[in-house]
Amino acid sequence: MEAELVSRLANDLVWIRPELLLAGFALAATLVGAWLGDRVGGLLAGLCAVGLVIAAFFAWQMRPAEPQLVFGGALSIDGFSGYAKAVIALAAAATLLLGADHFARRNERRFEFPILIALSAVGMFVMVSANDLITLYVGLELQSLAAYVLAAFRRDDARSSEAGLKYFVLGALASGLLLYGASLIYGFTGSVRFDVIAASVADGGLGVMFGLVFLICGLAFKMSAAPFHMWTPDVYEGAPTPVTAFFAAAPKLAAVALLARVLYGPFADLEDQWRQVIMALAGISLLVGAFIALAQTNIKRLMAYSSIHNMGFALMALAAGTEKGASAALIYMTIYLPTTIGAFAGILAMRRDCKDVETIEDLSGLAQRKPWLAMLLTVIFFSVAGIPPLAGFFGKLVTFQAALDAGLWPLAVVAALATVISAAYYLNIIKVMWVNPPAPAFQSSGPTIAMTAGLATLLIFPVLVVGFGWVEQAALLAATSSFP
Amino acid sequence: MSGVPILSLMTFLPAAGALLILAARWSSSGQHAGHDTGVKWIAFIVTLATLALNLVALTQFDASQPGFQLVERVAWGAGLEYHMGVDQMAMALLLLTNFLMPLCILASWNIEKQVSAYMMLFLALHTLMQGVFGAMDIVLFYVFFEAGLIPMFILIGVWGGKNRVYAAFKFFLYTLIGSVLMLVALIFMAIMAKTTSIPELTAFAQQGGFAKDLQIWLWLAFFASFAVKMPMWPVHTWLPDAHVEAPTAGSVILAGVLLKMGGYGFLRFSLPMFPDASAFFTPLVFVMSVVAIIYASLVAFRQTDIKKLIAYSSVAHMGFVTMGIFAGTEQGVQGAIFQMLSHGIISGALFLIVGVIYDRMHTREIAAYGGLVHRMPVYAAIFLLFTMGNVGLPGTSGFVGEILTMAGTFPVNAWVTAGAATGVILSAVYALTLYRKVAFGKLENPALATITDINAREWVMFVPLVIGTLVLGFAPMIALDFTKASTQAILAGYDVFAGR
Repeated sequence: MEAELVSRLANDLVWIRPELLLAGFALAATLVGAWLGDRVGGLLAGLCAVGLVIAAFFAWQMRPAEPQLVFGGALSIDGFSGYAKAVIALAAAATLLLGADHFARRNERRFEFPILIALSAVGMFVMVSANDLITLYVGLELQSLAAYVLAAFRRDDARSSEAGLKYFVLGALASGLLLYGASLIYGFTGSVRFDVIAASVADGGLGVMFGLVFLICGLAFKMSAAPFHMWTPDVYEGAPTPVTAFFAAAPKLAAVALLARVLYGPFADLEDQWRQVIMALAGISLLVGAFIALAQTNIKRLMAYSSIHNMGFALMALAAGTEKGASAALIYMTIYLPTTIGAFAGILAMRRDCKDVETIEDLSGLAQRKPWLAMLLTVIFFSVAGIPPLAGFFGKLVTFQAALDAGLWPLAVVAALATVISAAYYLNIIKVMWVNPPAPAFQSSGPTIAMTAGLATLLIFPVLVVGFGWVEQAALLAATSSFP
Repeated sequence: MSGVPILSLMTFLPAAGALLILAARWSSSGQHAGHDTGVKWIAFIVTLATLALNLVALTQFDASQPGFQLVERVAWGAGLEYHMGVDQMAMALLLLTNFLMPLCILASWNIEKQVSAYMMLFLALHTLMQGVFGAMDIVLFYVFFEAGLIPMFILIGVWGGKNRVYAAFKFFLYTLIGSVLMLVALIFMAIMAKTTSIPELTAFAQQGGFAKDLQIWLWLAFFASFAVKMPMWPVHTWLPDAHVEAPTAGSVILAGVLLKMGGYGFLRFSLPMFPDASAFFTPLVFVMSVVAIIYASLVAFRQTDIKKLIAYSSVAHMGFVTMGIFAGTEQGVQGAIFQMLSHGIISGALFLIVGVIYDRMHTREIAAYGGLVHRMPVYAAIFLLFTMGNVGLPGTSGFVGEILTMAGTFPVNAWVTAGAATGVILSAVYALTLYRKVAFGKLENPALATITDINAREWVMFVPLVIGTLVLGFAPMIALDFTKASTQAILAGYDVFAGR
């Protein structure tokens, strides 16, 4: 009996290699950091990046054809989670690269940064593997707590502290909503396990419905879908820029994947009910993100509204309620991540007289001062605007396909029109860079920032475009193997 | 047929040239003298080589065989395909594109600002324009169609005139709003027909795959895109702004090639795929075309800016194209295709003509000129020829296109034809007035006293255009026989379903 338990535990542990690796790193690094102090900050960041890449590799390896339930069904290791984890880990590694130069030149290289990123990544891993409501909550909180600290990372800066506090208070409210929903669901279905809920959800009645709506609200907050987006611009603006880049990338994918898991797993039978909620969230996010961004002058705030707008697309794909919808959301986010990381690399390169500048006007005439950077940013912003042949277009294409396939053409038309509105502000950035009279030149950005921007741009065009079929296959496989 | 993917080679050769310029810029930082001249030569040679490839492709192409030829097909992902091929109409427009491109590079020889970027964008645009005409997959078509916005936006925004930013935004957003609606419609069609291949979609549509009510919505979505691109009245207002502000070569490409994408789209998608809806909306298109012809001609007459005048005349001439297409007769469609080719040459030439004096005087105001014939006799002769082409004088290609579209429309709707015919008179009014004010009279502006006639580079630029418009004017059969097979194929489907 005991031997069997041990062997099962050993087996389960093998399946969570990526999580173990990162959690182990975080614990060890805390000790080393406490002992040696900030001197090892750079070294730890490097190790953490390597660890994240290895974790991504492990996760990619573990995409079984059949979902693998471990730890008594608390976690599900399947194609979907494997895919999501791999992308999350790579995105987190990229933000470490961005942070390296940024913190080094400000002389703020703290050893906690990689640790918090690693812990947040573990939280996201748990989120996308969650197979019961408790695991879901634990994963979400682990990710969020690390994120709250990261937002307030610049301790002596009022804006950063404000961002952290705001994020924390509002995040706690969202967690409360989510917990309340989870408890309602538990009460009306009798279990926290997704598969048990799935079996009894149809007879759960109004109670389950209430629970589901609260749950969706909590998750919508985490992914900053309107009308739960209020925190996003302030936190994006206040947090140190590499941290903002992190917020804008990996956790967004994790939240989308988690939402897909919840909607398509336990609540698949309630599709007709939740679809309306998701459609409303998608439509509002698309429009709010498009319209309010028009008035922004700070580029970090603009990126916040841009991310809200983009979440609308992912939600539109999820609203389809089909495997195609889940895979479209994954593809959309996969393409969104390099784009947004590339954009933030550009923002990090905006540094003048030893100070970071962050208004759109500061980019004036960049094409004459720094033609290469301007070219990369042009590609990146045309990609977010969804102009072919850049990768962003293909992301939008698959979400449109998924939505139209499910007959959601009114939402698709709203999305199409919102795209045009959003194109106006992306174009404005490009115009500022190419047409405006040049402002004083930026200082040269560090090597890792330049490298990240270059890599992100190469991914946007041509790697992800030529390899689009491959991404699409992988995402479709992930969706079909996980949501039978 | 040889196994060489000649269509792809020719399409992507300019893109390769752009990468070459990028590499040169990378290695030399663009600092040393002569770099810019080198870049211009690279661009010129690459566009010439593309034209040569196009001529080679022409030898492998059978003009009498209907359907697509030189087909290349590779799976891409998500049900998409890299699927290229051309029929006669596409081939004709490809030839026009590749014919105009080297001339555009020559016209850009005086650019001094960020030459590498300018030439790279132009070459990228060249690839994208060829892709539009070569694509046989509906999504691939959209990719090329839409991607052209990027280089055009930057070209107008950076190298344009005074009001360039406003024009660039207007151009981009107008076109984008039409295109995204088309994107939604074309995904919808692809889902229904379970294919993204244009010939398969056409076959599906002609077997009654799209019900009439659905066709109407799909037609409107496509119309939103093509009408803006064309541009048809009342969504033409981006064109005068974009034209006026674009650099000379940008205007040539805009008028010569980009506007043709609208007509191409109508013929490739609207007519064969939504025959019922096309028949249903024909009166609407007729009205819009006639209004465009008359209204734009009247507006052109009142312009004080030469480029704006020519831009409005483009709107009027495109009205003949839409009228001919939706007449749905063989003469009408043949005339429309011919009018597109002819307008590509004539309006391209007119913009180059403006470019010549703009390079010397840096103004486009009509009032600043006058009496040019005294100082620039050769220039004035060329200008006269293309003015006559614009008016539609027999012997120039402009005449053939107009007369054919009108003859094709007459049996369908005589009133519309009558309206269009008044446009021909009006075009004479504005074009000849322009010519009189610019070329004739006394040399009154002292700044004109030292203006020089066209130089060798400009000779090279204009001679092919002069030959083109005269050959098409005297022997229109060359083009008409060539495009006949594709026109008949397009109309074969339309006639049955339009109840004719």
